[in-house]
Amino acid sequence: MANLIATADICTYHGVEYTFIDALHEAGLVHIKVVKKDRFIPEDDLARLEKMIRMHHELEINVAGVEAIMHLLDRIELMQEEMRVLRNRVG
Amino acid sequence: MAFIDYYQVLGVDKKASEKDIKNAYRKLARKYHPDLNPNDAEAHKKFQQLNEANEVLSDPEKRKKYDQYGENWKHGEEYEQARQQQSRGGGAGGGFDTSQFGGFEGFGSDDFSDFFQSMFGGAGGAGARGGRQAKYRGQDYNAELRLGLKEAAETHKQTLTVNGKNIRITIPAGVENGQTIKIAGHGGAGVNGGPAGDLYITFVVADDPRFKRQGSDLFANALLDVYTAILGGEVTIDTLDSKVKIKVKPETQNGTRVKLKGKGLPVYKKEGQFGDLYITYDLQIPTNLTDKQKKLFEELRDEAKG
Repeated sequence: MANLIATADICTYHGVEYTFIDALHEAGLVHIKVVKKDRFIPEDDLARLEKMIRMHHELEINVAGVEAIMHLLDRIELMQEEMRVLRNRVG
Repeated sequence: MAFIDYYQVLGVDKKASEKDIKNAYRKLARKYHPDLNPNDAEAHKKFQQLNEANEVLSDPEKRKKYDQYGENWKHGEEYEQARQQQSRGGGAGGGFDTSQFGGFEGFGSDDFSDFFQSMFGGAGGAGARGGRQAKYRGQDYNAELRLGLKEAAETHKQTLTVNGKNIRITIPAGVENGQTIKIAGHGGAGVNGGPAGDLYITFVVADDPRFKRQGSDLFANALLDVYTAILGGEVTIDTLDSKVKIKVKPETQNGTRVKLKGKGLPVYKKEGQFGDLYITYDLQIPTNLTDKQKKLFEELRDEAKG
């Protein structure tokens, strides 16, 4: 089972509002697990969440913008992977 | 050390207001932010230049110094040296006071240009003097690791030295050429309490002259003499780590492909699963036939024609 990190700790550490993480959750960008009324995210999702926090904080991008960007970044990553496989096949 | 025109970096006029500078920085930061340009060293470099330009131009004191001495910053240094000599000699000193720009310890100095450091006495976090405490994530590092095909077929541990630190990593069997793995938190240190960057290792798996690879499957060619091809028999094939004998069916055609199940590479991160090895037969036509051999072939031809 993956390690869980309390969203409260993340909010305190990064200085973000609880509502921001809730909004990301509603947009399907993070998966919050509730254990005995406390809210957690899996450790594996932390890097992705921190990337979204940086976009919000450093670049002043709202949740809708973050959602669009993450979607496009995922697609870029997928295409880069496909390109790599094809390059290996051709080479 | 080249002069850096911070106004040009941000694409603003020298008379630009604080708001103009902030807007220009935001706009360009959105374009070049490392999170939006993964594995793009050029964008990363550009983003560092933007940060540096913003660091200077968004701080009125630094901007004043930059505007005053910017293009002639060397003269500023000379002036400062003269001032220090004067004060050592008991002179009145005064004039250009670099102390106002001191005290920016702790910022990842690699992130700022030599020009910035010569101007401002070390790369500086704006927050050091009570201003905003911008947290920056540390720089991501990219490294390449070269492996032979045989090495890529085995899980093994390797110790890497990154910025003086030894990191022991496990390379799972089956890594592919160009595949990148992330080692979280082993990049550059964060700034003002920001998180450390990540280390990205890209594997460069060298070609093996004997095999062509597609994912976890391997492809190779094997020479087959005409007699074994016609009559059937056995042929010895090189696999990645050994040799195997396989049976050849009678009347095997040139270009026939056979599959050796499980003799390919291990499937990445799927223990116990292996790809296959595909062998394509290249028929060898005999040369320098003796008279007797020629005669026998002629008999065969006549027999075939009926």
